[in-house]
Amino acid sequence: MNRFDYVRPATVSEAVAAAGVPGSAYLAGGTNLLDLMKGGIVSPQRLIDVSRLPGLDRIEPLPDGGVRIGACVRNADLAYDPTVSKCFPAVAEALLSGASAQLRNAATVGGNLLQRTRCAYFYDPASACNKRQPGSGCDARGGENRLYAVLGWSQSCIATHPSDFCVPLAALDAMVEIEGQAGRREVARKISTCCPALLRSARACWRRASSSWPFAYPAQRRGSPHTPAT
Amino acid sequence: MSLSITLMINGTQRTVDLDDPRVTLLDLLRERLDLTGTKKGCDRGQCGACTVLLDGRRINSCLALAVSQDGAEVLTIEGLTQGEALHPVQAAFIAHDAFQCGFCTPGQIMSAVGLIQEGWAADDPERVREGMSGNLCRCGAYRGITEAVVEAQRSLAQAERKEAA
Repeated sequence: MNRFDYVRPATVSEAVAAAGVPGSAYLAGGTNLLDLMKGGIVSPQRLIDVSRLPGLDRIEPLPDGGVRIGACVRNADLAYDPTVSKCFPAVAEALLSGASAQLRNAATVGGNLLQRTRCAYFYDPASACNKRQPGSGCDARGGENRLYAVLGWSQSCIATHPSDFCVPLAALDAMVEIEGQAGRREVARKISTCCPALLRSARACWRRASSSWPFAYPAQRRGSPHTPAT
Repeated sequence: MSLSITLMINGTQRTVDLDDPRVTLLDLLRERLDLTGTKKGCDRGQCGACTVLLDGRRINSCLALAVSQDGAEVLTIEGLTQGEALHPVQAAFIAHDAFQCGFCTPGQIMSAVGLIQEGWAADDPERVREGMSGNLCRCGAYRGITEAVVEAQRSLAQAERKEAA
């Protein structure tokens, strides 16, 4: 792992200002970032610890039936939240289908959306990867790629988005609130647009019309971790 | 750059001056505090050998920067016994022969303690297997591990009922 400076700002605006220095990266749960740093895939010069920023760890039901999810809410806390598991079971199921209990206890939902691709060529410094080294090419296109994108790929990259959590957010027309050097704004949940900014929250909207979707009412598997024990 | 952090580790407050922010919680425990019960397996969050409880929740200590955990409570395998008495999960692992080489065992036990506290697996073996899926055992002692966690969960629930009565 490369050497880096560590800063822990007290407020969101301080964090955003600190991230203006080139070579900075936000640190929250660290489960993706530290893994990438240990592998030499990314090497930020400065880590900005946002894991304790006030107000970003809340799950707030909204009057319209939606829910506002702070970026620093832990994956496990969101999955086991009574409102979320009752009203947004697809969100709970998606979160619980990823990683392990230990990782879900540490990882944040903001970091989940901002995690880097899990493409094996991205993780291999000896391979060409436009995401890791822009302009170097994409070895995945001619390589072992049966798990990669069928839809939405380009000549530059065929990686899929790694977040399971992102899928129900997209299905629910969630909005993502971000804050960066240019201020705060809301965007539809398109991850590629919000990478440089600090993610503040995601707001999922409950649409009655979507209630017959398989996403909304996933089949309850036996042993599915979020179904109550009988 | 010196970074001073204070952690409550197994009930004892420890203040450590870190000369480097790269130190993970796992390396802090093993290399600086001589708590070598927590094991380094893959060091990448995949095997679960480094599992500890951080503020009561199981995490992979290899993917946690020590400096970021300032003020937290940490429970490791060394802090699980009450004097000479084994924790019910430790006793159940012995009773069910839930290990062979033992390298993954501290992580398995801490993960099981975390799982039982989370409460969603109860004594259903299939849920226990899912709940313990973040801990790999290369000796393949999974059957004994599952039996041990199920039994420990039952004995802890029974003790709780007795206490309530």
